[in-house]
Amino acid sequence: MADLTTDFVGIKSPNPFWLASAPPTDKEYNVRRAFEAGWGGVVWKTLGAEGPPVVNVNGPRYGVIYGGDRRVLGINNIELITDRPLEVNLEEMARVKADWPDRALIASIMVPCEEAAWKSILPRVAETGADGIELNFGCPHGMAERGMGSAVGQVPEYIEMVTRWCKTYYDKPVIVKLTPNITDIRKPAQAAKNGGADAVSLINTINSITSVNLDTMSPEPMIDGKGTHGGYCGPAVKPIAMNMVAEIARDPGTHGLPISGIGGISTWRDAAEFMALGCGSVQVCTAAMTYGFRIVEEMKAGLSAWMDEKGHATIDDVVGRAVPNVTDWQYLNLNYITKARIDQNACISCGRCFAACEDTSHQAIAMSPDRKFTVIDEECVACNLCVDVCPVENCISMVELQPGEVDPRTGKTVPGEYANWTTHPNNPAATAAE
Amino acid sequence: MADMLTPGIAAGRLGEDEIARNFADLHPALDPHEAAVAADRCYFCYDAPCVTACPTEIDIPMFIRQIQSGRPEEAGKTIFDQNILGGMCARVCPTEDLCEGACVREKAEGKPVEIGRLQRYATDSVMARQGHPYDRAPSTGKRVAVVGAGPAGLSCAHRLAMRGHDVTLFDAKEKPGGLNEFGIAAYKSTGDFAADEVTWLMQIGGIELKPRHTLGRDITVEGLKSQFDAVFVGVGLAGVNALEAEGADRDGVQDAVGFIAALRQADDMTSLPVGRNVVVIGGGMTAVDAAVQSKLLGAENVTIAYRRSQDRMGASEYEQQLATSKGVRIVCNAQPVAIHGNGAAVEIELEYTADDGTGLKGTGETMRLPADQVFKAIGQTFTLDAGLELERGKIKVTGAGRTSLDGVWAGGDCTAGDDLTVVGVADGRDAAEDIHATLMNQPAATTGAEIGEAARA
Repeated sequence: MADLTTDFVGIKSPNPFWLASAPPTDKEYNVRRAFEAGWGGVVWKTLGAEGPPVVNVNGPRYGVIYGGDRRVLGINNIELITDRPLEVNLEEMARVKADWPDRALIASIMVPCEEAAWKSILPRVAETGADGIELNFGCPHGMAERGMGSAVGQVPEYIEMVTRWCKTYYDKPVIVKLTPNITDIRKPAQAAKNGGADAVSLINTINSITSVNLDTMSPEPMIDGKGTHGGYCGPAVKPIAMNMVAEIARDPGTHGLPISGIGGISTWRDAAEFMALGCGSVQVCTAAMTYGFRIVEEMKAGLSAWMDEKGHATIDDVVGRAVPNVTDWQYLNLNYITKARIDQNACISCGRCFAACEDTSHQAIAMSPDRKFTVIDEECVACNLCVDVCPVENCISMVELQPGEVDPRTGKTVPGEYANWTTHPNNPAATAAE
Repeated sequence: MADMLTPGIAAGRLGEDEIARNFADLHPALDPHEAAVAADRCYFCYDAPCVTACPTEIDIPMFIRQIQSGRPEEAGKTIFDQNILGGMCARVCPTEDLCEGACVREKAEGKPVEIGRLQRYATDSVMARQGHPYDRAPSTGKRVAVVGAGPAGLSCAHRLAMRGHDVTLFDAKEKPGGLNEFGIAAYKSTGDFAADEVTWLMQIGGIELKPRHTLGRDITVEGLKSQFDAVFVGVGLAGVNALEAEGADRDGVQDAVGFIAALRQADDMTSLPVGRNVVVIGGGMTAVDAAVQSKLLGAENVTIAYRRSQDRMGASEYEQQLATSKGVRIVCNAQPVAIHGNGAAVEIELEYTADDGTGLKGTGETMRLPADQVFKAIGQTFTLDAGLELERGKIKVTGAGRTSLDGVWAGGDCTAGDDLTVVGVADGRDAAEDIHATLMNQPAATTGAEIGEAARA
């Protein structure tokens, strides 16, 4: 049985599945239920400064993107940080932590970008017994207009500055939560590291408008005829999040910086993928908001079973395993040549591969009058589009040509050795192969 | 008050409520969410097999995509462009043998996209609106006679009217609709859908209906030819094959088509008499329709007796399963030799048959089943002598329904091809385009989908 216990920058939890700072972690009631359901940790809904709390809109806070059968693919939200008094949140956190000492409880914080504000709140958070803090430099809506959230996360100098304050006034782990609403995620990650952050967590939500009501001509979610960009999350953002995680994991400047992965994690497999790209813990929100807290059972059982199958004994055995295989385009092996192969027994003759290839790719699939689809090797560039659009799993696969075989498209023999763009004769900047 | 065990042929075997439940819609309409889920299963196949399998070549993937994107009325228009009786076809087509049978998801997982019900969803959306979705072209001044207001005639008349011709639509019966009105199991076309559909179709204008005009008695092809610029004959099959068995003239031996028509026209089904022990002779859709409805009316025992083996039955596997699920027993390789009784039928004697490769033969072994009502569903024939050349007992046509007489077209059940509503619609539509092209001296419009022609060439 794989050991799922997690030690993430000293924060211990019985499994790597944490609930992200978000509506599900807004108060004691929800967090207790989450722990009862088996979640390894919780990042409490973001706390604001002392004083009158923020207010939320009184109409819809969420918009949605559906797949078939109203399957939730993505949700955006315009909810702000906690709208409950700081004192209430702190008292609840202390009570919950006392009752659930084995679970990770992390305080998310967002206060103005002034040293005094951070200096004031950090000791009070420390008193709760929370295992660490997460700096919310990510939320792209509402609070950003007030100079907080992603407004800080988009300025690496501010990230470094605030992180340093936190490391000065707080002695437990400091996790910096990054916004994806930026062109190069490595810069804010580097800034967090420079400021002394113990870890980064990402991604926060993506600026978005989920839909437009074509009757009222207003974006959704709509408040009295108007809408604003909200933060987008859920399965739809997973590829974006994983790339950002991988960029940080493989950049020499940030390699090894612990990462808590967030972004559309809905199943054990999603979690395993994030972990393989370097995440020591994962945070979940949309899946819980869609299906409730019980999903963690599937996540734990699935991850454990998969680790057993693969012979991974601990979480550390998994974390970062795929990172060495993330590289730049220029280093991809141009002598790796594959061809699409269609399994005629599995083919159901829908013709989607044909339409896709004929209309939008390389005209490399032939269709016979009796609807048999075959690959024209002379034209196939192995783009994989046919595999992607085929509704039958494993019907079309990419088969590697072996060294010595002739690629019918180019007429050239497949070389055995690795060769990439940096040495390619068409590259004006190529360095001669030795 | 009769019940299931009342001997002989009796009405009122079941109460009003049970009858209503029994004859409710076989495939109820999809609600919008069900339609969205069903539509989402469509793969939008290239040169889709379902289209090829549809005699009217409806662009099925396109109309389903239009449902997916929230435009059921445009989806309906896509259907009606090819098949103006798309509403009825959605209800009565043997989709398991046509579009749904060809669906790649049938091949993949044995569960085709529910094309029939989606088609009903789309066509219902259009028909629920006021008005009619097609306009007539400017008048051509040409007049066309269409004989028979069944699927073929209605389809032909509509397309001709749309092209700007004036149509006179003759029918032998009081009501238009043909077999849509008189020939389909009641649970497939509930309410007054067949009549409503004709009313909706006629809204295009330019079609004058003349009921109670029987070809060969009140009107003739020659006469129509002299009065109209063109004639289309879609009169169906009026004759019923005779049962060659001793005692076939006994009381209680009836044509299945008459029974089915009576069911469709009945205001109160509890008033319809049905036997306690019913035997239906035949193996096609008519046999199933008669057998199932006998059961639904409250017959205690209903048996379909088919002389060949089960795999030769004209009724689809789905129809056979429907019958057995309602409690109908299907006996194959049994042919009627005698109907016994004292005036009225009491028993049927069936002889087992076998085919040793040299043709079907009786084995000599017989069995007897109680039978106070025997329905003949052994096929219908074309009996009319309209002066048109015949081929295998039906009107001979070439191309888009051209008969041996210049200026006379024909289609539907009275010509070759499967006797299905959807085939009649295709025949009528294509003949109309050919008539239009001929009268206007221009090339005929293509009517089929041509999505994959280039690729297959």
